[in-house]
Amino acid sequence: MFRRFFMATLMAAGVAAAAAPASAAEEFIVVQSTTSTQNSGLFDYMLPKFSEKTGIEVRVVAVGTGQAIKNAMNGDGDVLFVHAKPSEEKFVAEGYGVERFDVMYNDFVIVGPPSDPAGISGMTDATAALTKIAEAEAPFASRGDDSGTNKAEMRLWAAAGIDPTADSGRWYRETGSGMGATLNTGTAMDAYIMTDRATWIAFGNKGDYEIMVEGDPQLFNQYGVILVNPDRFPNVRAESGQTFIDWLLSDEGQETIASYRVDGQQLFFPNAK
Amino acid sequence: MQDFAASLAHAIGLILSGDAELWAIVLLSLRVSLSAVLIAAVIGMPLGAALAVARFPGRQALIVLLNALMGLPPVVVGLVVYMMLSNAGPLGVLQLLYTPAAMIIAQVVLVMPIIAALSRQVVETLDREYSEQLRSIGVSRLGSVPTLLWDGRFNLLTAVLAGFGRAIAEVGAVIIVGGNINHVTRVMTTTIALETSKGNLALALALGTILIFIAITVNAATSAAGGTARRLFHA
Repeated sequence: MFRRFFMATLMAAGVAAAAAPASAAEEFIVVQSTTSTQNSGLFDYMLPKFSEKTGIEVRVVAVGTGQAIKNAMNGDGDVLFVHAKPSEEKFVAEGYGVERFDVMYNDFVIVGPPSDPAGISGMTDATAALTKIAEAEAPFASRGDDSGTNKAEMRLWAAAGIDPTADSGRWYRETGSGMGATLNTGTAMDAYIMTDRATWIAFGNKGDYEIMVEGDPQLFNQYGVILVNPDRFPNVRAESGQTFIDWLLSDEGQETIASYRVDGQQLFFPNAK
Repeated sequence: MQDFAASLAHAIGLILSGDAELWAIVLLSLRVSLSAVLIAAVIGMPLGAALAVARFPGRQALIVLLNALMGLPPVVVGLVVYMMLSNAGPLGVLQLLYTPAAMIIAQVVLVMPIIAALSRQVVETLDREYSEQLRSIGVSRLGSVPTLLWDGRFNLLTAVLAGFGRAIAEVGAVIIVGGNINHVTRVMTTTIALETSKGNLALALALGTILIFIAITVNAATSAAGGTARRLFHA
């Protein structure tokens, strides 16, 4: 009996010690967001400025947009900050979120090896470029993870009237991973890859890869922010979450986004209304 | 090969620089994994020992199951623990998701079967040797568990170290239940995964080297402590 009590106490002590908050900041919010905002370094640049001003710590869970939305639909997060407008609007319409706001945009590009087997370098029509890749059966590495980038890529294939998944495992290769992991995999097998420009610029393992296709309006990549609905999930820290959203949309937040640069290049362009 | 040399130099530089952020990540890794191993040992050792000495129908099946659970996929454990701790899950009220506690829970689930299964093996060997003696002085089967665990304590260290190795090296579970949140739940393995995905391969490899250093240090310290204790007890 005593031993059982001893063990239970030890376990409780272990969990309690571990559960103690790591930082002194009392107030924090959890933001479900995407790998592109994290891997590009935007959050590391932007969040300290917000925390300094408001005293609110922002804890970012960076996963694909699809997973971020699902996590938020479980009430695991206070703010959703992703890039797949149709899915975001559905999230709000179904009552999981309060309201969606445009925050910023950048664009997608298609990168490829200098050998350019499909001959798409310099093209500005993304669907035409994808058609040429499919015709040449040139390797193409897709996220294949229902992320915002993956959703945008699938819209382009649909616009081109091609179902690349029919060739999955042949020239069309779905990595099922984040943007950075897909870039690592794709560059290692000389595949074309569609990526958001921010992740590409900040990516440290480009090899001899170059941007092949850019400038198509269809490659526009809009980011939106939504407060998770506190009526649906009472745990949501609505006040602090709203403070974060208000700051993102404020002049100060927008200027902070615009001022983030990697190698002298601006990665995100604010466009809050 | 240049990459490897550069990474090693990078790793040594990082260690010597005493970078506060890096140390915080290292300490969190140790805190999470050591807590998990401690809890798993407290549950797993008596459990494994009891399974070694007890005789009941279905025992053999339970041993097979326990041995199989040593190979639990971390990502599945992470998923299940996420679903339990999620606000939409049964334990959501505890508000443990995305905290170190959630990571400890996931690692306990991963490590406990390893410690229990290996303890079972150690104790069963001892039991075969001593069971007649113990019975003759009137100790029941289950009653002999503390004695046998104590007697096998040095061999049980290996079980604990195997568990620690699993915990400190694991990324699949902690990245799901911890969320890899900077300064809160970011540990060595999730940092390595993150830096790899950013394409910072040299930095990722340097962090990997440091992680291996840590594992060696913990193992060496344990082995030294075990050796000292052994000498003291057998002197």
